Parts: sequence; structure tokens; C-alpha cells
Amino acid sequence: MQDIIDILRNYGLLLTIGQFPEGPIGGLALTLILALTGLVLSFPLSVLIGVGRISPNPVAVKLSTAFVYIVRALPLLMLIFWAYFIVPLIIGRTVSGLTTVIVALVVYETAYLAEVVRAAILALPKGQAEASRSLGLSYFQTMKDIILPQALFNAIPSILNQFISLVKNTSVAYIISVDELTYAAYQVNAQLLTKPVQVYIILAAIYFIICFSLNRLVKLVEKRIHTSRQAPIAAEAAA
Amino acid sequence: MNLDFGAILTPQYTQWMMWGALTSLALFASAWILAFLTASVLVAVGTAPFRPAQIAVAAFVEYHRNIPMLVQIFVWYFAMPQLLPDAWTSWINAHNSEFIFALIALFLNSAAYMSEDMRSGLRSLPREQMEAGRALGLSYLQTMKDVLLPQAVRAALPPLINQSLALFKATSLAMAIGVAEMTYASRQVENETYRTFETFAIASAFYFTLSFAIMALGAWADRRNLKAAGR
Amino acid sequence: MIVFENVDKWYGEYHALNNINETVSKGEVVVVCGPSGSGKSTLIRTVNRLEPIQKGRITIDGRDVNGSDVDVNELRSHIGFVFQQFNLFPHLSVARNVMLAPMRVHKVSEKTARETAMDLLDKVGLAHKADEFPPRLSGGQQQRVAIARALAMKPPVMLFDEPTSALDPELVGEVLNVMKQLASEGMTMVCVTHEMGFAREVADRVIFMDSGAVLERASPDDFFQRPQHPRAQKFVSDIRH
Repeated sequence: MQDIIDILRNYGLLLTIGQFPEGPIGGLALTLILALTGLVLSFPLSVLIGVGRISPNPVAVKLSTAFVYIVRALPLLMLIFWAYFIVPLIIGRTVSGLTTVIVALVVYETAYLAEVVRAAILALPKGQAEASRSLGLSYFQTMKDIILPQALFNAIPSILNQFISLVKNTSVAYIISVDELTYAAYQVNAQLLTKPVQVYIILAAIYFIICFSLNRLVKLVEKRIHTSRQAPIAAEAAA
Repeated sequence: MNLDFGAILTPQYTQWMMWGALTSLALFASAWILAFLTASVLVAVGTAPFRPAQIAVAAFVEYHRNIPMLVQIFVWYFAMPQLLPDAWTSWINAHNSEFIFALIALFLNSAAYMSEDMRSGLRSLPREQMEAGRALGLSYLQTMKDVLLPQAVRAALPPLINQSLALFKATSLAMAIGVAEMTYASRQVENETYRTFETFAIASAFYFTLSFAIMALGAWADRRNLKAAGR
Repeated sequence: MIVFENVDKWYGEYHALNNINETVSKGEVVVVCGPSGSGKSTLIRTVNRLEPIQKGRITIDGRDVNGSDVDVNELRSHIGFVFQQFNLFPHLSVARNVMLAPMRVHKVSEKTARETAMDLLDKVGLAHKADEFPPRLSGGQQQRVAIARALAMKPPVMLFDEPTSALDPELVGEVLNVMKQLASEGMTMVCVTHEMGFAREVADRVIFMDSGAVLERASPDDFFQRPQHPRAQKFVSDIRH
């Protein structure tokens, strides 16, 4: 126990924010930044792909379905290697490990989040789209004003769950030496050499506290959304 | 870009890749079987009317669900050898310790998820099933094994298949501690040949093949359940 | 106004509509009835193209509904449609439900849309609920809002698909009263409904369907007092009990 306190005292800052502010930000802060960036960037893409999966346009269906299945078939690690290879080819210069990881995370997450969006749309009663189309609204107006506001609101718990899985997936960035939490802990372990048990207990505990609290939050949000479905307090999305 | 698969299909590299594929498959198959058995035990213990057992199972599940798979592998590889009895550690070290620790981490993690899938499958069954079993004179465990578990497995099949896909993909993380599975092998070949596209294409083809097979199985299970629901 | 000519529709092998020939004149109120699965909902859903047809022609004021030159959104904006399950948009307030289509399709200003919406909500007796959200309303209130929502597009014709079937019996009357008022104002209406009282009071004509075909056309009194077709006789005696 004393060892753990010592490690936290000596390396706590390194594990939390890396070299920041003298050097680049790292540790837990980078883990959370990676996860958040991944979610924010993949969200609009996943709405596009998720809607495409059930679009009346067969070409859109084929393309988005192929994307989802191909990405889901590969390990995240393979995607990181591919991003490492392909991104420089596309933009014409080498990129940092950080960029590589973000690209891979966004592609990976888009496929999973798209399935969440698709499921949320399919869960709405068919009458919603029929009523909107019967009023003369177009397919896109119906999507924007009627279907997506409801589907995305109902999907908030699943989207938060995807964020949790993103937090865990960022650890894979370790493989290409991006200085997030797992890599930071690995370095601390390499410096101490004799305290792997303590270092990895700390590492596991940090992830556990974050993911476990987020899980509780999801349960809370789920309950709130469930009650608000009976009597919505939702903002007027079409206002 | 001119492709040259010949450069990486030399006997040496072919052997690395083949060995990598076999290692991935071995890791997946053995972890799956162990995970399934462990999950069954976890469900039986976790649903038994004995509070400490329930708490222990819940803690096991929460630990594995809230920590990254990679970190769980590190915990086993870097930390556990210090905690295990010396005799065990030296036995493991003499028998490909990387593979064994990766296997343990993978199957325990998958067992946690699988047990949750099975448990919700079980919860979807009517309570009367247990009562009917007990009324026939079967013991609690017999009812569990012969009546409830088979039905729960059927209900839980689609999420279990999804979990199998996750497990298969997670075997690639074993490369982080030096298990020479497919991802590791492809990176090794890539390092030697600089034939990035070709090596990753072959490795990806390997993952696609089995992943799509698992996904097809999942689609089949979904269809069967829809039919059983009379839709 | 609405003309069906030799209309056929199949769901795969199933013959859902069988050679329908029917004309609904301007200002007419037509009640369509028949046992469940008889094709009556399918019939009115073909009018605004919620259901495609495989044979024949449906025209509104001479325009082929399924014509290749028809803008389906424009077409639908001229046909009011009321659903059995109301289908109000739960994430929008009552007023917003009514304002949405005029603002999006006719591009009227928010202010004008709101004024129209309030007039219509007043007409269905729900102006005081304008800022409530639909799930807080009773079924009867929701259906009245749904009627106001359809009227907001000023359609020359209204289609009703079993508008009272999902309601508790004590809430049926308030919806029927709104429909009666519409009829008395000269609205062209096609109503799929089993409400005998409504049919006898306001319908000009009753159409009886079974197995996708129209088996009988009659005045409401004739239909309910003296049904001719054996299946119509059975149907009338069934709904009396």
C-alpha cells in the first residue's frame, strides 16, 4: 500500500497529464481527449452511415453496409496499422502517432455508432415517418425534423456506452507509443522495474473508476429518458 | 503503387504468417471454450440464492467490463507472476508464458461478458421453468444444467456470437506482450520487407474470413429467433 | 374528385385490392367499412401513395397520383390523412405539431403558422393545450390535434383511417364531433370506420369491402337496414352485437 502511495506521489502527475505543461499533454488527460475527439468526430459520420444503412437508395445502402461490415470485421489494431500506412498516402506527408490513432478510432467508432443510430431509427414507430410524409414533408425534412431528433435522443444511453468503450479502446494507442494512460503507466513501470504489481493496480484502478462511474451515469440517464418518454420535456427540436 | 506479393511469400515469411494465423486461431478457440465454461459456472453461481456468491460474481464481471482488454493482459503478464506461487510462475515461464497469460486474460474477460449475456437470456425465461424442474424432483443444479441453461443459451445466442467476434478480434492485442499471432507476424514481415500493403492485406484477409463467418452465424441466429418469435 | 379505375394491388401472392372502381365527388362523405383485413385501410393508403399499386389508375382532380411527373410531397400536402394511432410527433409541442408542415412545405412564416395553428386548435377545442406535449394528452385529444395538423395544410380532401378504433369508448364522441363539423362545412371525406352512428348521420354513401373487393355500395340507411350481399349482412349483424 505504501508503495502505491509513493508511486502516486512521484508519478501521479505524469499519469494524469503527462509532461504538460513543459511537454506534450499525456496520461489520463490524453486518454480522455482521444476518446472525446473520437466521439465528436465519429458522431456526424455515424449519423450519415446509419441513415444510409436504411436509406431508400440502394447504392447508399450497399456502400454504408459494406463500410460497417468491413470495419467491424477488423481488429482495431489492424485499423491503426492501416491508418499509419494510408493516411500519409492520402495527405502526402507523414503524420504523428496521435493523428493515426484518432483516424483509426474515428473509423472504428463510426461503424459501431452507425449501428446504434440505425437501431434507434428502426425502434421508432413506422407511423412517425408516415405521418410526416403524409403532411408533404420530404424524406430529408422527415429525417431532420421528425426521425433523428427522436432517435438520437432515445440513443443517448447507447451513445454514452460507446464513449465508455472508446475510453477503453484508446489504450490500444500504446502499441504505437502514443503517450496516453496505458503507455504512461508502462513507462513508469519501466523506470521502477521492481513494482509492476503496484503500477498495474493503479492503472487498472484509474480505468475502473472512470468507466464504472460512466456506467452509473448511463443507468441514471436511461431512467431519466425512460420517464421523459411518458411525458417528454424535450426541447423543441424543430424550433 | 506496384504490388508484389512475391516479396512476402517467401518460405520464411509464409511460415511466419502461417504460424501467426495458427496462433491466432489457437488463442481464439481455447479462450472461447474456457470462457464459455467459466461463464456457465459464473451464471450458476451468480444466480444461486447465496448473497456472497452473487457479490463475488458481480465484482468479477464489473472488473472485466470496466478495464481495457489490453490492460487486463498487462496485469496478467507483468503483475500476476509476482503474486502467483513461484512454482506456478516457473512452470508457466517454461511453457510459453506470453501465450498462457494472454489466454488467461482473454478468456476471463470474455467469460465476464458471456455470463452477462447468458444471465439476461436466463432472466427472459419464465420463473415457472425453475419451479417446474424442482417439482419434478430435479435438484437446483440439475434444473440449472438441464432445463434453464440450454434455453438461456438459445435466447442469448445472438449476443454470444457478437461476443465471440469481439474475442476473436481481441486476440490481436496479445501481440503487445509478444505473442506471435497474426498481427504480430504481419508487422514482423512488414518490418523486414517494407511491403506494408501486401502484408497488411494478407493479415486483413485472415481477419475478414473468420469475422465474416462469425457474422454470418450471428445473422442466422437472429433470423432463427425472429422465426421463433413468430414474426 | 378521387377516381379509382381498375385498381389492383398485391402483397407478394396476396391480392390486397381486387379491381377497384370507385368515384368520390367533391363535397361527398364516403364511409368505407368491412371486416379486418378486407383491404379498406390499404385502399385509402393508395390515395396518397403510402401504398403503391400494381395495376389501374387513381386520379385526384384528373391528376394521376402515380404519374411520373407527380411530386409526391406536393401531392400529399393536398391530402389530409388521419391515422388510427394518431402519430403525433412526441418531441414537438401540440402547436409545433400543427405548425411544422405549413412552415416546412409551404414555407409560411412562424408567426402566420402559429396563428393558423391556434385557429385550428380552437376549432377542435384544444387551444388551451397548444404548449403541451402530445404524450400528456388523452387519446381523443391527440386525435383531435392530429386532425388539426392535417387541416393546417388546407387540404381539399381528408382521409381517415379508423380514427376512433384506438380510443377508449368514452373518447370516441369528441373525435366524431370534430369530423361531423368538418362534413357539415362541405369537406370531401373518405372515412374508414365502423361507427354506424357517424355513417348514418353524415355519410352520403357507404362502401362495403371484403377480401380486397368492393361488394356493396349503398346509402347509409339502406346499408345498415337492408344489406344485400350475404357477407355484408353478416358484417352488419356482427357489429350490432
